[in-house]
Amino acid sequence: MCCKKLSEAAAAKFAELDAFIDGLGIDRDDPRRRGRLIQVLHRAQAIFGYLPREVQLHVAGKLFLPEAAVSGVVSFYNYFTTEPKGKYCIDVCLGTACYVKGSEKVLSEIERVLGIKADTKPTDDGLFSINALRCVGACGLAPVMIVNGKVYGKVTPAKAVEIVNEYKKLG
Amino acid sequence: MDKINSQEALLAAYAACKGSLALRCIDKHDINSPKKEILCCGGTGCHASNSKELMDNLRKAIKEHGLDNDVKVIQTGCFGFCAQGPIVKVMPDNVFYVQVTPEDAAEIVEKHIVGKQLVERLLFVEPMLKERIHDYAKMSFYAKQERIALRNCGLLDPENISEYIANEGYQALAKCLFQMKPAEVVQEVLNSGICGRGGAGFPTGMKWKIAAGVQADEKYIVCNADEGDPGAFMDRSIMEGDPNSIIEAMAIGAYAIGAQHGLVYIRAEYPLAVSRLQIAIDEARKCGLLGDHIMGTDFSFDISIKLGAGAFVCGEETALIHSMEGLRGEPTTKPPFPANIGGGYWGCSTNVNNVETYASIPVIIRKGAAWYSKIGNWQPELDENGNFKRTISGNAGTKVFALAGQINNVGLVEVPMGTTLREIIYEIGGGISGGHEFKAVQTGGPSGGCITKENLDTPIDYGNLSKIGSMMGSGGMIVLSDKDCMPAMAKFYLGFTKDESCGKCTPCRIGTRRMLEMLEKICDGNGDEKMLDDLERLAKTIADTALCGLGQTAPNPILSTLRYFKDEYIAHVRDKKCPAGTCRKLFTLTITDGCIGCTKCKRNCPVGAITGELKQKHVIDQTKCIKCGACIDGCPKKAIVKD
Repeated sequence: MCCKKLSEAAAAKFAELDAFIDGLGIDRDDPRRRGRLIQVLHRAQAIFGYLPREVQLHVAGKLFLPEAAVSGVVSFYNYFTTEPKGKYCIDVCLGTACYVKGSEKVLSEIERVLGIKADTKPTDDGLFSINALRCVGACGLAPVMIVNGKVYGKVTPAKAVEIVNEYKKLG
Repeated sequence: MDKINSQEALLAAYAACKGSLALRCIDKHDINSPKKEILCCGGTGCHASNSKELMDNLRKAIKEHGLDNDVKVIQTGCFGFCAQGPIVKVMPDNVFYVQVTPEDAAEIVEKHIVGKQLVERLLFVEPMLKERIHDYAKMSFYAKQERIALRNCGLLDPENISEYIANEGYQALAKCLFQMKPAEVVQEVLNSGICGRGGAGFPTGMKWKIAAGVQADEKYIVCNADEGDPGAFMDRSIMEGDPNSIIEAMAIGAYAIGAQHGLVYIRAEYPLAVSRLQIAIDEARKCGLLGDHIMGTDFSFDISIKLGAGAFVCGEETALIHSMEGLRGEPTTKPPFPANIGGGYWGCSTNVNNVETYASIPVIIRKGAAWYSKIGNWQPELDENGNFKRTISGNAGTKVFALAGQINNVGLVEVPMGTTLREIIYEIGGGISGGHEFKAVQTGGPSGGCITKENLDTPIDYGNLSKIGSMMGSGGMIVLSDKDCMPAMAKFYLGFTKDESCGKCTPCRIGTRRMLEMLEKICDGNGDEKMLDDLERLAKTIADTALCGLGQTAPNPILSTLRYFKDEYIAHVRDKKCPAGTCRKLFTLTITDGCIGCTKCKRNCPVGAITGELKQKHVIDQTKCIKCGACIDGCPKKAIVKD
């Protein structure tokens, strides 16, 4: 572990991750142990919310893999992120069905209202971040936006702003 | 359910539970039947539209009326009619309600279940006829379909293996294990004519034959559920609605090729599909239909799930295998093919098929190759034993298409090969939405191309689609109307392939970016006619030189729109106009004298670019206008024009 002083919350998260990895029964001499990497990273991201370098290093150590192998995988796949997310994570689907139904306008309106761009840092108050997604498979509801897993279908730019404002009120 | 340890035990289980589907499979529809089943769609689309709460409310209302014993609420898989969700179907009445909200639950129970009267306002309105449809069988969306891969979606509870067994589930596996040799299974699949439904259309039986011919102690069978084509969602629906058919088919495939391990590589973006599949795997294990000595035989096979992490290229089988091994999902050149030693998962011989392909396999085995091969427009050449030799034309079976875009009936449709686009769009799809004019259909997603009006009557099969410059792909079918700009569509797809290029080979990594830049210039009005020639030349070079399917097909949207819609490109580069009016840099919005000063546009404008007093003509400040078009949509007098 690279951090000398871990806050209690962070320590608990690392402990949760360790419990998961230990349950997998990783054998350092088994060349196929690497096959567990993506599964472990999914769990790590679910626990930490994102995959900062210290988490990647930790995973590398637990799986007996070089850090480069872990970082190479994290940077390759869109699902993994090395930046923290806002409290409310807004996903806007840019799949084809949503695109032809105007999801680009929805995205640019949300970007304009929040003053941040998709797939970058969250808003200064840490409340919102925006992701542009490729198809969530809910094409019948196009255009689709998702806030923390809740799906909103047939969204218009105006409706999207209303939804964002609802969450703003919640704080 | 008890452990099933023989074919007799399976048939006994079938006999014991087939009655549970009686109300759903009945031909005689009767609104007066006291016993009823209310089927609610539990797919991702309908979940998003509150179908869970709807089911809770239905159950509550049924309880309040004391009908618990006679009326059941069942969560099924996707009906395929997602835009109309949540869907509720009442059986044995065969009544189909659409866009049902949780608040409608009480009325359905009171009026329909208790009062035996239809809730007219929730019935589906046929878009062409403008009529409310009382009987599911008369809905044109379903009437023309032939549902084989989707046979159980919208019919069974996907989280209950006994319903799958009640519908003759696992009998195909039993037939293979007890009555057929592995080579006979391979021959049956080969003779059926089924081709890989993931997009490439390689004969599945041939793939199995190659894998079966490899001598190895360790073999893998993989289900490719990395449905990355944006706009296609049939694999998700099948896994959510009928996960047991995938398990059964993989076990059949494993028996045929001699594999011991199965893996399902599934997108992390599909959490519901992952959980349904896991439930089905656990149930199958408990019943002795997966694991050691399946149904008491010497055949042992088990399946585990591998999660993807959001990379389109992982749909390519070598990239998929690398991803399962915990590597970056980069493709490698073939040969070696995955079936070869050294080419598959951990170097072992591996067979990869798509979800939709697997979903059709149990029916093919149960009803026979002869039955399946007659569906569709397949013309095979057979040898003296009646076995498949080669395909002359067409394809066998059905294909599921995800119909989306500017069309009235958005959803999943399964039709026999050889159906024409016209039938799909105008009969099943109910025509173009919003009274617009049909322009083209994009098939094959980012790897495909467009099909225009002239080819509406071409029978759809793998060969015909590539002849007209498109491809089958995984079956995404995006309908475009006169309000869609073709260069902008090409730009959209290139934006996608540029992002998804894995970066391994230069033509794809740099080429997709250069093509995108050119398209951006064209759509912004900064292109010239020479650029169109450069674009075409570059596109052809990349198609010839990229390493894998992603790069080789990435130029298709450009080549096909250039082929059929060159005039639109010329309008962009020569006249600096976007005929469809979607490229924002190429038009301005102005308010004409038709304006009555209702102030609606002023209120709709998100950036405050419109000024004007009540009952006076309004004006748009062009320096502030972001050209979102919200003013046009709201104007009651159509007094705002794009020019």
